[in-house]
Amino acid sequence: MSDNNSDESLAVVGAGVMGTAVAALAVGYGHTVTLIDSSPRAREDAPDRVRFQLRTARMMNALPEDRPPGSLTVAGTQDAAAGASAVIEAVTEDPKEKAAVLAGLAAATGPGTLLVSNTSGVPIEELGEAVPHPEDLVGVHFMNPAYLIPTVEVILGPRTGDAAATSVHTLLAGLGRRGIAVGDGPGFVTSRLLHRMINDAIELVREGRATPETVDALMRDCIGHRTGPLATADLIGLDNLADSLQVLHDRTGDTAFRPSELLLAKVRRGHLGRKSGRGFYDYEEAIR
Amino acid sequence: MTTPSGRTDAAHTAGPLPSDEDVAAELLDFLAQRTRTRWEPDQDLFAVGGMSSLFAMQLVVHLEQTYQIAISGADLMLDNFRTVEAMVRLVNKLRSPAPGSTGE
Ligand SMILES: NC(=O)c1ccc[n+]([C@@H]2O[C@H](COP(=O)([O-])OP(=O)(O)OC[C@H]3O[C@@H](n4cnc5c(N)ncnc54)[C@H](O)[C@@H]3O)[C@@H](O)[C@H]2O)c1
Repeated sequence: MSDNNSDESLAVVGAGVMGTAVAALAVGYGHTVTLIDSSPRAREDAPDRVRFQLRTARMMNALPEDRPPGSLTVAGTQDAAAGASAVIEAVTEDPKEKAAVLAGLAAATGPGTLLVSNTSGVPIEELGEAVPHPEDLVGVHFMNPAYLIPTVEVILGPRTGDAAATSVHTLLAGLGRRGIAVGDGPGFVTSRLLHRMINDAIELVREGRATPETVDALMRDCIGHRTGPLATADLIGLDNLADSLQVLHDRTGDTAFRPSELLLAKVRRGHLGRKSGRGFYDYEEAIR
Repeated sequence: MTTPSGRTDAAHTAGPLPSDEDVAAELLDFLAQRTRTRWEPDQDLFAVGGMSSLFAMQLVVHLEQTYQIAISGADLMLDNFRTVEAMVRLVNKLRSPAPGSTGE
């Protein structure tokens, strides 16, 4: 299959950390992208955030050089997704919000259009309840930053259809990503393992047994974790991390997923990690 | 256009633009402050255990704003930001004296 189907037009919904990164990736691979967000502030910031991440991707040599970048349009409502060959949902990790957004997107695009959710942990089967044609729905867990990590986790729900399974391959090939398919369930593979570990790392800090720097240094330099769990938490966004943990806790009852009090306190104070300039670390003049 | 600063210290006798030594010193300061680590001019900032791609972009923005240059196309590659020496070369290559400034 060609990885050069650059005429594909994609709609990305949610212009946050992940939506702007996925939009940058798609534009960098030559696709026409419509980026949709309900927040005026997010829409206003979106073009600069996408441009900044495109530059980062270029600098890291992470984009093909054989094609011009695609165009980016920013929109405020789901009907702007009509006509897209695939839609990628990346709104806040709130299962009700996601269900409403996916239902709206399914109505805007009609049956047979690939619907992708970038959820960190809501089972695809559960999200499938919200749409009239669950066979069109697939989970693709893009990693952060989406334009630098070439591998993604793909979740085919029990009701995902063959056509959608094929379309998602085409989509990922056109974005230069390699999909690894896993079974459905809360947190799939990556969030189930990673979020539990990060939450525990935060607990160690709360207990006063180690500083964030120490935990990260040990995990990086002894265990080989590239970034360290607390720097990863800041990269993810502490609000999203707390939401994702809550989703996992609600669906598994596993107390390891109950968001650490320290995490919740930071979110309450508006210390959301890189995106707010401060989390477990300080990011002076942090760039979103 | 006026010169970027009214500084007249000896290092600036060659004109209104800071010398390579000034740029290097400024960058080493910037790095020390941001990373709370001291770096050597020829040290690879992105070697194992070093800085992230996000930090690399902070360097890009810092250079663009501080030296009023635009870094794009083939210049926008990590190798140009790997060391302070490489960044000094890049700044030197991209900046040109502000029009009308004669070096008083
Ligand atoms: N942050 C990560 O590292 C990461 C990694 C993989 C997956 N994810 C998942 O990706 C999704 C997005 O996460 P994020 O970190 O980008 O969150 P974010 O908070 O940075 O951005 C979410 C965006 O969604 C928008 N939004 C909320 N409700 C909306 C609606 N009804 N219609 C349109 N836009 C709406 C918000 O305005 C915001 O701009 C979540 O499901 C998250 O779990 C996040």
